[in-house]
Amino acid sequence: MATSTLSQKRPLFDPEILGRAVRDSFVKLNPAQLLKNPVIFVVEAGAALSSVLLIRDAAMGTADVWFNLQITLWLWFTVLFANFAEAMAEARGKAQADTLRKTKSDSLAHRVTAKGAVEDVAASQLRAGDVVICEAGDTIPGDGEVIDGIATVDESVITGESAPVIRESGGDRSAVTGGTRVLSDQIRIRITSNPGETFLDRMIALVEGAERQKTPNEIALNILIAGLTLIFLLAVVTLQPFAQYSVNAAGTGTAPSVAVLVSLLVCLIPTTIGGLLSAIGIAGMDRVMQHNVLAMSGKAVEAAGDINTLLLDKTGTITIGNRQAVEFLPLAGVTDVELAEAAQLSSLADETPEGRSVVVLAKEKYGLRGRELAQHEATFVPFSAYTRMSGVDWNGGRLRKGATASIEQFVKEEGGSAPDQLRELAEGISRQGGTPLAVANGKRALGVIHLKDVVKGGMKERLAELRRMGISTVMITGDNPLTAAAIAAEAGVDNFLAQASPADKLNYIKREQAEGRLVAMTGDGTNDAPALAQADVGLAMNTGTMAAKEAGNMVDLDSNPTKLIEVVAIGKQLLITRGALTTFSIANDVAKYFAILPAMFMAIYPAMGQLNVMGLHNPKSAVLSAVIFNALIIIVLVPLALRGVKYRPDGAEALLRRNLLVYGLGGLIVPFPGIWLLDRLVYAMGLV
Amino acid sequence: MWTQMMPALRMTLLLTVLTGLIYPGAVTALCQALFPAQANGSLIVRNGKVIGSALIGQNFAGEGYFHPRPSAAGADGYDAAASGGSNLGPTSRKLMERVKQAKVAEGIEGPVPADLLTASGSGLDPHISPESAELQIARVAKARGMSFQAVAALVRQYTEDRDLGFLGEARVNVLLLNLALDEVRQ
Amino acid sequence: MTSNGVLQVVVFFLLIVLAARPFGVYMARVFSGEFAFLRAMERFFYRVVGVDANQEQHWTQYAGSLLSFSFVSFLFTYLLQRLQGVLPLNPAGFGTEVMTPELAFNTAVSFVTNTNWQAYGGESTMSYLVQMAALTVQNFASAAAGLAVAIALTRGFARQQASSIGNFWVDLTRGVLYVLLPLSVVGALFFCSQGVIQNLSAYTQVTTVEGRTQVIAQGPVASQEAIKMLGTNGGGFFNANSSHPFENPTPLTNLVQMLMIFVIPAGLTYTFGRMTGDQRQGWAIFSAMAVLFLAGVFVVYGMEQAGNPELARLGVVGGNMEGKEVRFGIAATALFATITTAASCGAVNGMHDSLTPLGGLVPLFNMQTGEVIFGGVGAGLYGVLLFAVLAVFIAGLMVGRTPEYLGKKIEGKEVKMAMLAMIATAAAILLFTAAGSVVGTGTLNNAGPHGFAEILYAYTSAAANNGSAFAGIGVNTPWYNVTLGIAMLVGRFFIIIPMLAVAGSLAAKKKLPVTTGTLPTHGPLFVTLLVGTIVIVGALTFFPALSLSPIAEHFLLLEGRLF
Repeated sequence: MATSTLSQKRPLFDPEILGRAVRDSFVKLNPAQLLKNPVIFVVEAGAALSSVLLIRDAAMGTADVWFNLQITLWLWFTVLFANFAEAMAEARGKAQADTLRKTKSDSLAHRVTAKGAVEDVAASQLRAGDVVICEAGDTIPGDGEVIDGIATVDESVITGESAPVIRESGGDRSAVTGGTRVLSDQIRIRITSNPGETFLDRMIALVEGAERQKTPNEIALNILIAGLTLIFLLAVVTLQPFAQYSVNAAGTGTAPSVAVLVSLLVCLIPTTIGGLLSAIGIAGMDRVMQHNVLAMSGKAVEAAGDINTLLLDKTGTITIGNRQAVEFLPLAGVTDVELAEAAQLSSLADETPEGRSVVVLAKEKYGLRGRELAQHEATFVPFSAYTRMSGVDWNGGRLRKGATASIEQFVKEEGGSAPDQLRELAEGISRQGGTPLAVANGKRALGVIHLKDVVKGGMKERLAELRRMGISTVMITGDNPLTAAAIAAEAGVDNFLAQASPADKLNYIKREQAEGRLVAMTGDGTNDAPALAQADVGLAMNTGTMAAKEAGNMVDLDSNPTKLIEVVAIGKQLLITRGALTTFSIANDVAKYFAILPAMFMAIYPAMGQLNVMGLHNPKSAVLSAVIFNALIIIVLVPLALRGVKYRPDGAEALLRRNLLVYGLGGLIVPFPGIWLLDRLVYAMGLV
Repeated sequence: MWTQMMPALRMTLLLTVLTGLIYPGAVTALCQALFPAQANGSLIVRNGKVIGSALIGQNFAGEGYFHPRPSAAGADGYDAAASGGSNLGPTSRKLMERVKQAKVAEGIEGPVPADLLTASGSGLDPHISPESAELQIARVAKARGMSFQAVAALVRQYTEDRDLGFLGEARVNVLLLNLALDEVRQ
Repeated sequence: MTSNGVLQVVVFFLLIVLAARPFGVYMARVFSGEFAFLRAMERFFYRVVGVDANQEQHWTQYAGSLLSFSFVSFLFTYLLQRLQGVLPLNPAGFGTEVMTPELAFNTAVSFVTNTNWQAYGGESTMSYLVQMAALTVQNFASAAAGLAVAIALTRGFARQQASSIGNFWVDLTRGVLYVLLPLSVVGALFFCSQGVIQNLSAYTQVTTVEGRTQVIAQGPVASQEAIKMLGTNGGGFFNANSSHPFENPTPLTNLVQMLMIFVIPAGLTYTFGRMTGDQRQGWAIFSAMAVLFLAGVFVVYGMEQAGNPELARLGVVGGNMEGKEVRFGIAATALFATITTAASCGAVNGMHDSLTPLGGLVPLFNMQTGEVIFGGVGAGLYGVLLFAVLAVFIAGLMVGRTPEYLGKKIEGKEVKMAMLAMIATAAAILLFTAAGSVVGTGTLNNAGPHGFAEILYAYTSAAANNGSAFAGIGVNTPWYNVTLGIAMLVGRFFIIIPMLAVAGSLAAKKKLPVTTGTLPTHGPLFVTLLVGTIVIVGALTFFPALSLSPIAEHFLLLEGRLF
């Protein structure tokens, strides 16, 4: 696959991106901006409070300025690190958007006036409904529909695919995208979008994250962590009078200072997930883009993770596009070789993949070399929709192959009669999911060729994987139910929709949704549009019509329907990453308690030193190392947030067990050695 | 909410009649008919006078009686109209002092079963542990001029086993034991 | 710990396991209207109250009915107390001078919220009429209301695309008539047969063997005792509650009382499974509760049996018996203390104030985690479901789907309501304790960290609607009566209303089909997750406060520091 603007691989910490992110981390210190992230806002408020107190103390020379300075600095670092995570995620998109913008030069358009004359106007002057003419070498000035002509177009700007595609009026290949380039011929285009609203514009906006809105799950998670923040605020604020009571009761010690209380608060509130939450969401969108899929909203990506049912088109998704001959079934009294030879001869002029596969099979199985039949000795009969047969008249023989009914008709017309066995053989093939092609030589029916759909390599495994993930797959096909059932069984899909019309698809989706399932599908034709719009995740092919692209909530620029499976995996990975980091963040608190609480209370009740299970040097080093750990863990986890946690397609139980073990238990344990190590460091460096 | 006030009022009145009057009334009637002794407090009558309840502990200070546990009910202990414990916590200096004094008062050296020096939750605990009773046998026997064995036999007789063999703890009802002692004297 | 002590715990637990199913089935059938043997009585209720039993309510109406009922109950209880001096059945002649407005407010709130916190001593404050017509009634009413909420929430999970969650008046009536009342009658008769008193006589004055005067309090105790346990109310007739020999005379009545506390909450987990159509879900919740329960019991039992090292130095052997009754002993008292705080009962058969530091930590912690270990009648189930919603939401994401519980998506609204409940109770406990540690220290019975624990315990017990106390603290003061009353109201209604909102929200949702991609909520993994969430969330919120009270006290005691 070629690399488009979207899917180009940049290293995670590309210097350009890194620079931009560092700059943005400071810009984001603006409290008005931070307000939408309550957790980090609280950290900033705490940092500001301890800064003010620090200045006061420094002026009065009262408290331990050096210690408070370090705490204050690390609190600010915590805010900056959280900002940095978000900025990193955004910066990647912004960089991509810049690249895309460069391709958007304001070209001249040849507009056809009402009177039929052609005038040159700037592309930015075009409005929906205008008609323009584009010739070889022109950049198409806006999104539109070919209304006349046929041309090859280079769409690499959008798709990254350098091979030109054909665009022609009428049908499903009429849509053109602004910014792409005509390579040959001339087409007349009706513009369908106003400037600023083109596909390219939307793409830039999406990539840049300008219109990013919080997804439902993100909102819910925000409520959770904001609520936890409030609870910890209560716990810490009330700690002051509790400690004061204890000081009075013990008759010794002092209540903890504001700097220490703020430190405890910042360590307890879920800063890790609070700092990384939006980065995870942005990075999820970004990952979808790296697969060359343009998601119209984060909600769509999230919904992909929830999908219960996948509607997959048979042709092109489950099977390779063409059927292949796999067997010759001669009638009684006809030899294999005779049938194979007749089939091969009748297919020589058949340039379709099916025809070629007949020639190849005859050669491989019976060693029959494809013969060069010169025009003068043979008359080729091409396939026609009327006769539904093709063949050759050669050497006195009239060889034909075609649909069973057509061949029966042909044999009858030639004066013979097809035996019942022909029909039986044909039906047998249909039952196995194949397509029968009958072969006859004049009035003599010879047998049947078995054409078979070939399931794509690896598809069976992928479908099994989906089943393990709890997603049921439905194969959509125009085939009859018999054929569909056989292919469905071979590929291992859970269900199929045979002889499916677009309306059938739509109804199937509605039915699934009524039972509470979320449905994803791919589509490209205009008649797919209602179903794409109805589906929870509608992945439109970029080669498809504008109507389809607008109805779906994702566009695959590679136009590869199998991509849907990857999109589902990305959606799941996004949710898992959120859950994992939330769990990790909360589990971390336990160790922080064991670091800070004994440090706080040892002055009052020296016996509390027994809670210092990590054996930290002194109260100051304990608090400082907990705060440092809390800040650093955000930075450490940025790559994980941006890449997403490793997703293995598996059942929910197995996933939960593994992730709970890694992020739950891990989150419980990791901070203990982490804080212990930092304590050794700050102590050794003489910081406390 | 306000439209619901009338149903709420009617429901409250209805429940008051049913669960506040009929229910306790009916239960009282049934209990008085079926278990009159228990329903009225398992009172013990001696010489036509109520001298206590078999379930409620009372003070015994005399050398010749088995002593109950310290009591925090009322000012002088064993006030059956003001039940309650000492509510002294484990780090209470007052608790340590009280236990020390109780130990001196009981005149015991060495280890003492916990119940004999600690106050019960109700302040009306009618029981002491068999071990606590055993510790007092010598003193009671001496004060009464009875043989150790005779008193010990009475203690054994008044030792109740755990309910159903495993519930709670074995125990000696102090009032019943002391009444039995008095009967022996008579 | 002795093998006999362990045996008592095990037998108790097995009896609860055995009881869960029959009680659960019975309640599921009662609340779905399958039982009709009291239909005539039910109809009478609906006619008098003036409700259409077939008219279901939207969650807001359901909540409205519950609030109205609670409000009227409060007024009624308040007035009866204030007027006791002029009302009959008052042989001891208690008047309004002992029943101050603050105390009446506190007590009315306390009984209406199923807390049964007692700032008064029953035998020295309340007339028989108030005990029966005000307090006993609320023992039934508040328990039945809690039961109704749990059933309504269960319906929320069970239904789909429904706009209603049942009818409060119907649920309340059925709870009283079919569940609480019949069991109470049986329980009361049994208690009386064992020695619990039941009379309306005046107090008995006796001359003791040694010639002292002893006044023995009397009253209709057995009838109140039964519902006190069954409704996880816990408000004793006497000050000493279930340690009083007239309330709880034998180890056998003690066992029955403990069973009565747990039987409805344990049964409700089965009811939940049955009504939502997946019995394993009910057992999973039961298992999580069981794990927490057994862990708690053995901590308390272990600590109490080990005793107080300072007392041991004085030659006291055999564990900590301060505040405990000889007939129950250490095991049955430790068991009772754990049960009563695991459920929102609050009855005590020994004084919690005198427990060892870590023995007292468990009851505190049980209440601070919301009494979800079987919990109060109804309150336990809706409390644990609150945690289940949070657990599913946090960890459920880790399977890569929008979290769902029993086929219902857990989204913003559910999380918001769950967090609201958590924040409200945490705020009620922590803020009031903070204020109390400044202005409320005058009436403490203990100094040092234990004094702080008394304040913390009081507000914890109030906000958790438990009612037990570190009872040394003198709480019959205007400050404590009012603030504890507010804490009780917050702890009751800031959980009930959000949970009803969740019920309404869930009922309206579709039920998603279960696939292998669905987070399984019935296996050991989920049980572990739920237990972890309860313990960690509870610990994180209250660990600072706890570390300055029982935890500090524990370490200080080991060093021999006294206050």
